[in-house]
Amino acid sequence: MQKNDIVIDVENITKSFKIYLDKGGQLKEKLLFRKRNRYEERKVLKGVSFQIKKGEAIGLIGHNGCGKSTTLKLLTRIMYPDSGKITMNGRVSSLLELGAGFHPDMSGRENIYTNASIFGLTKKEIDGRLQEIVDFSELGDFIDNPVRTYSSGMYMRLAFSVAINVDADILLIDEILAVGDANFQTKCFNKLREIKAQGTTIVIVSHSLGQIEQICDRSIWIHEGLVRAEGPPKEIDLEYLDFMSKKLQENNQKALEKAEAAAEQQNDEPQQEETNASAAEEEAHEEEEKPDIKRWGSGKARIRKIRITTADGSPQTAFRTGQKIIFRLDYTVKEKISDAVFGIGIFNRDGVQCYGTNTRIDKLARFDLTKSGSVEIALDDVELLAGEYLIDFAIETGEGIPVDYYREACKIEMLASLGDVGVVRIPHSWKL
Amino acid sequence: MNNLKELYAYRQMIFSLVKKDLRGRYKGSVLGFLWTFINPLLQLVVYTVVFSFILKTNIERYYLYLFVALIPWIFFSSSITVGAASVVAQKDLIKKIYFPRMVIPISYVTSCFVNMLLCFIVIFAVIIVSGAGVNFVALLTLPVIMIVEYVLALGMAMLTSAITVYFRDLEHILGIVSMAWMYMTPIMYDKSIVPERLMPIFNLNPMTHVIECYRAVLYSKQIPDLTSLLSAAGLGIFFLILGGLVFNKLQKRFAEEL
Repeated sequence: MQKNDIVIDVENITKSFKIYLDKGGQLKEKLLFRKRNRYEERKVLKGVSFQIKKGEAIGLIGHNGCGKSTTLKLLTRIMYPDSGKITMNGRVSSLLELGAGFHPDMSGRENIYTNASIFGLTKKEIDGRLQEIVDFSELGDFIDNPVRTYSSGMYMRLAFSVAINVDADILLIDEILAVGDANFQTKCFNKLREIKAQGTTIVIVSHSLGQIEQICDRSIWIHEGLVRAEGPPKEIDLEYLDFMSKKLQENNQKALEKAEAAAEQQNDEPQQEETNASAAEEEAHEEEEKPDIKRWGSGKARIRKIRITTADGSPQTAFRTGQKIIFRLDYTVKEKISDAVFGIGIFNRDGVQCYGTNTRIDKLARFDLTKSGSVEIALDDVELLAGEYLIDFAIETGEGIPVDYYREACKIEMLASLGDVGVVRIPHSWKL
Repeated sequence: MNNLKELYAYRQMIFSLVKKDLRGRYKGSVLGFLWTFINPLLQLVVYTVVFSFILKTNIERYYLYLFVALIPWIFFSSSITVGAASVVAQKDLIKKIYFPRMVIPISYVTSCFVNMLLCFIVIFAVIIVSGAGVNFVALLTLPVIMIVEYVLALGMAMLTSAITVYFRDLEHILGIVSMAWMYMTPIMYDKSIVPERLMPIFNLNPMTHVIECYRAVLYSKQIPDLTSLLSAAGLGIFFLILGGLVFNKLQKRFAEEL
């Protein structure tokens, strides 16, 4: 990496914020209520370093509150680091807050001048770009109307057009492309690619990994105030997704344990219903109150426990599109069921059944249920796209009479790194 | 040095903020921009009535004597009092976007300055109408005096606007300070009546020198006293550097404090 290639050099920056418990900026308060000035110091960045070369596009990823937006704010110089150094070479434009300094009573054209001047453009430079900005914003004749008469879409389009047309050397973007309709978004994306090709360095903070993968050369994953990993977006994003799904899993597990504990308590002491209800987790509570809605059947056998695991058997409830998912059901049998059938149904949030099958459809050999045991179904490549899915399980008799139909027995979460849309991913390839 | 270069790059922003401020000042009023001229004229009328009929003074053409001092004073005092709130007033911009923060006090003081220049049209009109006449050689020094006052006002505005961000009471304290300062400056009276033992304080007050210079040129029709002008310039530069340094130091945490 050549030294003069580097346009952004971040060296070991730290930043903490004072969280005032009760803020008083007045003299009286400062003098009289010393105690009120107590604050907690929260360290958001704990020594972040990275370098960005000219023309590179970088995606900053991380969960909420990890410090990625703070990093971006430090890069724009809205704030300064407590320690460490940031060197930026070239004109910086940011799409952090679009339309800063817009005056509602002034016309779109006048606001272009004001807004662009805030980015450090001279009048001559703005004159040269004016047509381009107006064209890009698609405002046409509206450009001479006061900005207050604009729709919010028009407003954002104008603001975006100014910010992206300032010919910056470095462009900082926070959660972009929620601007305007789909057409305008595509246009913005193409424009981003264009300016990237011209050698502009781009830093994007986004939750949409798809967007990052489309445009970035490198992802930097910030976790709890430190750079956890950096590299090609495809690899880092997957790592990040894995991490996030584990975390989600842990949270779900905790909720599940609480619910189970509450349920057990309920079984042991059925008469103390009131105390249990308050102790129980909300979800569990819900299930207890309306069991008949979600579960029905003759009750001769019952699904006791559902375990969801990955291919290697570790418990998990969040998966990447394309992963293998294994469900394992423990059931108890009170009365013999001859010619039993196990079934599964997967529904998305809109209640659309994405997939469903049972042992009969799959032409398994006829079997009877005589004593408690467990059954396993492995879904090899679950190509469901990102979102939450609810799973139904059922035990039926051969005649189709439900023994234990358990609606929304469990839920899984799918995480997708690509931005493809729909219900499932269809394996595909392109030929050009 | 880099700061200055950057400020130069952002000159268009200063320009558009000044324009926005001047245009917005009398927005919505019927007479609009005319108020820039009407306001000082009406003030002049009030002072003339008070000091010619009630509080009679033996200073010749007292209305002019007062007026040529009062207009520069108003520029200075509004620069420090209203200027103090200028950074806080622009907090939305500061929290959202980067630009050299000094742009804000600079553009505010500049817009006050432009306002004063417009008032000078009224001053000259009064000078001509009243038949007081002007000394053209002395008049050549007027721009220098104005620049010195601008530098001084800018230095003070940077100081007050930056401190106000951390300490909001300053804005209100400055109201009283500016009133006291006005009476500690020979605006309504002549410097010659100041008691001898108070003289050192008056000499340390940069506005004393500035007002004396204005008055020499516009009232006494003389070239201003060079020592007076130099002391004012010296103090002006001192405050500009001090204000600049303090502002630069304090501006780093603006976004968090606002």
